[in-house]
Amino acid sequence: MEPFVVLLPLFGALLAMPAGKLVSARFAELLTTALVGLAAIYSWYLFIDIGLGHNARDAALLFTWIASGNFVAEWAVRLDTMTAVMLVVVNTVSFLVHFYSIGYMHDDKSRPRFFAYLSLFTFAMLTLVTADNFIQLFFGWEAVGLASYLLIGFYHHKKSANDAAIKAFVVNRVGDFGFALGIMAIYFVFGSVEFDSVFDAIRTDAVVTPFAFSEGGNIRDLSINFLGSNVHALTLIGVLLFIGAMGKSAQFILHTWLPDAMEGPTPVSALIHAATMVTAGVFLVCRCSVIYEYAPTAAAMVTFVGASTAFFAATVGLLQDDIKKVIAYSTCSQLGYMFFAAGLGAYGAAMFHLFTHAFFKALLFLCAGSVIHAMHHEQDMKKYGGLRGVQPYTYVMMFIGTIAITGVGFPFLYDIAGFPVGTAGFASKDAIIESAYAAGEAGRAFGFYAFGMGLIAAVMTSFYSWRLMFLTFHGKPRAPEEVMKHPHSVPDWMLAPLAVLAVGALVAGMMFYPHFTGKKGDAFWDGAIYQSFGYESSYAYKETGDADGAISGDYAAAEEQYADEAHASDKAHGDDHGGHKLPTWVLYSPLVAMLIGLFGAWMHYMRGGDPLRPGLLKPGGVIHDFLKNKWYVDEVYRFLFLRPAQRLGRALWKGGDGRIIDGLGPDGISGLAGIGSRLIVKLQSGYIYHYAFAMLLGIALILFFVLTGGGQ
Amino acid sequence: MTETASVIPWLSFLTFSPLIGVLLIILRRAMSREDEREAVDLAAKRVALLTTSLAFIVSLVVYFFEYDTSLEGFQLVESAAWIGSGIGYKMGVDGASILFVLLTTFIMPICIIASWNSINKRVSDYMIAFLILETMMIGVFCALDLVLFYVFFEGSLIPMCIIIGVWGSEGERTFMGRIIKNRVYASFKFFLYTLLGSLLMLVALIWMYLFSGSVLPDGPTTDIPTLLSAVDFPGGAQTWLWLAFFASFAVKMPMWPVHTWLPDAHVQAPTAGSVVLAAILLKMGGYGFIRFSLPMFPIASDFFAPLVFALSVIAIIYTSLVAFAQEDMKKLIAYSSVAHMGFVTMGIFSGTEEGVEGALFQMLSHGFISGALFLCVGVVYDRMHTREIAAYGGLVQRMPFYAFFFMFFTMGNVGLPGISGFVGEMLTMVGVYKVSTWTAALAAVGLILSAAYGLRLYREVIFGTITREPLQAITDVNRKEAAMLLVLMIAALYLGLNPTPTLDVFSPAVDTVLNRYDAALTAVAN
Repeated sequence: MEPFVVLLPLFGALLAMPAGKLVSARFAELLTTALVGLAAIYSWYLFIDIGLGHNARDAALLFTWIASGNFVAEWAVRLDTMTAVMLVVVNTVSFLVHFYSIGYMHDDKSRPRFFAYLSLFTFAMLTLVTADNFIQLFFGWEAVGLASYLLIGFYHHKKSANDAAIKAFVVNRVGDFGFALGIMAIYFVFGSVEFDSVFDAIRTDAVVTPFAFSEGGNIRDLSINFLGSNVHALTLIGVLLFIGAMGKSAQFILHTWLPDAMEGPTPVSALIHAATMVTAGVFLVCRCSVIYEYAPTAAAMVTFVGASTAFFAATVGLLQDDIKKVIAYSTCSQLGYMFFAAGLGAYGAAMFHLFTHAFFKALLFLCAGSVIHAMHHEQDMKKYGGLRGVQPYTYVMMFIGTIAITGVGFPFLYDIAGFPVGTAGFASKDAIIESAYAAGEAGRAFGFYAFGMGLIAAVMTSFYSWRLMFLTFHGKPRAPEEVMKHPHSVPDWMLAPLAVLAVGALVAGMMFYPHFTGKKGDAFWDGAIYQSFGYESSYAYKETGDADGAISGDYAAAEEQYADEAHASDKAHGDDHGGHKLPTWVLYSPLVAMLIGLFGAWMHYMRGGDPLRPGLLKPGGVIHDFLKNKWYVDEVYRFLFLRPAQRLGRALWKGGDGRIIDGLGPDGISGLAGIGSRLIVKLQSGYIYHYAFAMLLGIALILFFVLTGGGQ
Repeated sequence: MTETASVIPWLSFLTFSPLIGVLLIILRRAMSREDEREAVDLAAKRVALLTTSLAFIVSLVVYFFEYDTSLEGFQLVESAAWIGSGIGYKMGVDGASILFVLLTTFIMPICIIASWNSINKRVSDYMIAFLILETMMIGVFCALDLVLFYVFFEGSLIPMCIIIGVWGSEGERTFMGRIIKNRVYASFKFFLYTLLGSLLMLVALIWMYLFSGSVLPDGPTTDIPTLLSAVDFPGGAQTWLWLAFFASFAVKMPMWPVHTWLPDAHVQAPTAGSVVLAAILLKMGGYGFIRFSLPMFPIASDFFAPLVFALSVIAIIYTSLVAFAQEDMKKLIAYSSVAHMGFVTMGIFSGTEEGVEGALFQMLSHGFISGALFLCVGVVYDRMHTREIAAYGGLVQRMPFYAFFFMFFTMGNVGLPGISGFVGEMLTMVGVYKVSTWTAALAAVGLILSAAYGLRLYREVIFGTITREPLQAITDVNRKEAAMLLVLMIAALYLGLNPTPTLDVFSPAVDTVLNRYDAALTAVAN
């Protein structure tokens, strides 16, 4: 049964085009939506059964994909809590986006193709999250890249869309370069690419013998040669895998494709470039938590890049005028949060933010889609304003999304309620920022850096999110009068999914906090993530050599063990919320950050007349231009890589192949001997069969040798 | 070296069955009047299609009913007296060759169909050339005698040269102060490169023959199984022998820097010529490395591995960059072939099971994918008579099915997992990583570059809007074209999703080769 949770969307992808052709476009839409809907329902069942009911399953192995030597990769459906969480996120958001798209795409001629791609993406993402080995993970990884490429370039008559699609694919491939090398390194070290054998070896600090090593060593201390230098094996693997994650999750220096990807239809942005695909990198790091726990340098890199991205993307988001670009940079920034949490060892918090973010970010994008739809496909917020009256429902939904992403909540109610009272984003972002502080105190690399960046980014997140709200829905309308008078009506198909996501954006944090990062964490994760350190630490089980309990799903034993350790680590960190030792200001800091951002946005965009007036950063100023041009990263790349590659290609072709190789080789030789022109004259005159003669000469030569010399 | 003999001469029948078609075509032509040319042409096409299809069916029968994939060593062996003095006629297949026989017989009917309407001059000659070519190609993969191998190996050159030189595209250039046809230049270049390489191989071959006489009690021989199992060439001589064979196989692959004949040959060749060149002729080089260089000259192979790695990596990066700058569709795909063959050579000389199996797999997969890509170019070339990238754009508006197939094979070429290209690339990289991380890391740069040039080609040709007037009336793939592409797509998809059975076919042969390779290296180390 379990494989169907993955296969149903595949059926949809395969059937959509024929169904659209043979029956009707509407049938194709309903069919794909229904199939993903079924998969979503089944995912929730699995999530409840596995995550909450603790009935983990063995991975269902379908058949062997690649087997060459020891290199064995199975087609599998792995079902542990990590997978279950992702299944719910992917299938739920995908179902809602399918549903929404029925309305959004209603006047597009190639709707069946669109739905086929959406379902294909869903299938690919599901193979990624259910992988039991790095190769299947890579399959899903590349396949979501394909689907993303196809969907960004969905309007394939537009040059900008095609450029964006190629950019997304190629930049992702830069990341894949690292990922692929990471897989090779894993195979080299462990002789396997299966999750369980790799992770178990690290958990138990097993002795491994890499290829051609005369003797092995304990994996946690093993060093191998890479590009001529001796490096710590796990660090190398961690860094290489993270390069892959940076590409897919648009982290700084490999982020440039994500804003451009907004060329795709808005539902695509919601599904792929906000809720699911871009989180694959976070998923990868959390899946490999055990690697990062024993590769502190790699983990530090994750933290540093994540925290820097959270800050960088937020600064760029401040000045974007395109409503989708604002949300895109916001996504980039939020992914940075997830990464630094993971880098600091708070994998539960990272996954929690991934989970809640899916709801509110998809909500924000779908609301933006509703606005764009109504405004005749105008995306420039400078031409919005006052839409509250035109789209009251969308306004309310987007308001919910905004309070979720900015993290509106009530920290002082924690002790009364026993869980964080507030929106989903409040619960997860606070968990991250506070664990960053705790990590800093515990001496993890870049802990305080991440804490600081996280707080500053939180101020900016709040600013640009409210700026978006104020510019779009408040103030005086700036759109042409006829647009305001006759906005496109938004079909109910598009509005219904918003409500579902809004519910998630409001309550998902409160509902699932205890499981993801709270007291029920141990039982919930059940060994699916490996955590030596975490915010609440209650589930942060340290390795004692009895890892079997956790892996085989022997909860009773494992829980007891966790409980003991939790007690011990409580003393060590003293940071359980109950007897919380985190300074009070840390607990309140995210809320304060949010209020500062809100205040700033309010003062500028709601007060003092024209909201489009220059603010603190004046156009033409250095900082303004720097941010407006997105730190000039694209320009630098064009200068450093794109143009040189083009020039080099031409130079090698004309100069290398043409002048040097051909000039010295065939053209030169034949020119020298003069045979070239003579032969060619013969060829020209049609005596092609001279070739045959030349070959016969060769054979005759052999015969000659055989019959005279060799045969004696 | 175990050999399983065959009572029925399956392989000989398979190899020479195309010649029956040649005979029929010649007879039909001889018996016809001058004014019957059209009828003769049609008959020639039909005969060619029938003969190649028959060969395909026979090869399937052989593979499924006669060949045992679990056995090591050569099977279906048949031998007969030929030249004498230890040079005999001997045929046989093992895991490293059987699938290339199948690939050849599979690709040939497709080539005939692809030529059905696009070849209009000297049709019966053309069909004869293709049928002879098929005999030569099957022969290369079946020959178990060095001289026989050499005959087939060189023999395959003749029809290919003729196909390019006679049925190649129009267009002229100045060369040595004369104006000559491009196709003649290309055919000449192809000939010159290959001949120089093979002359060296011939010398090496003769030396090997003579040397075998000094160690074998029964006198000298060119029997491949005997040379593989009973003759150890001395270390110093291996170096020269290896280089001589390398000269020939490296040109065939082709490896950088002896690759420049390939883009010209591809551009000038008719579609079917390109298909067969990319799908099969290039594979002879890799096959030769695995059949001869690695097991017969293991010490030299190990010694020269860094050289091969360097050339492979240069091929991958250099030709990918060059591919990016191309303005001609076929040239772009030709350069990308060179890059993909870089993975093959790198994998072979890694001397690891993953590497060699990956290389064999990559060769097989490249046969389907690049063959299909050349067919794709042929589809629009037949309609518009230009291969210039800039002459196209927006084809998806008029040719949705074509766009679909082209996308699939582009992604296959880019190495998307799930399509056959990925398996070969990944396995060769995994294999080579074990011996040289630099090589693996630089080869992995190819992942980025192949995406860049592949998607660029696709965007320029397929996406965008139609701005050129002649393209307004272009028609989508017809049934025949769709059928060919569909068959290739199924093959590439099957190999991509379930490569294990295929890898298992390679495995016994690769084990044999590597056992010999490792044993020789261990002996030297001690």
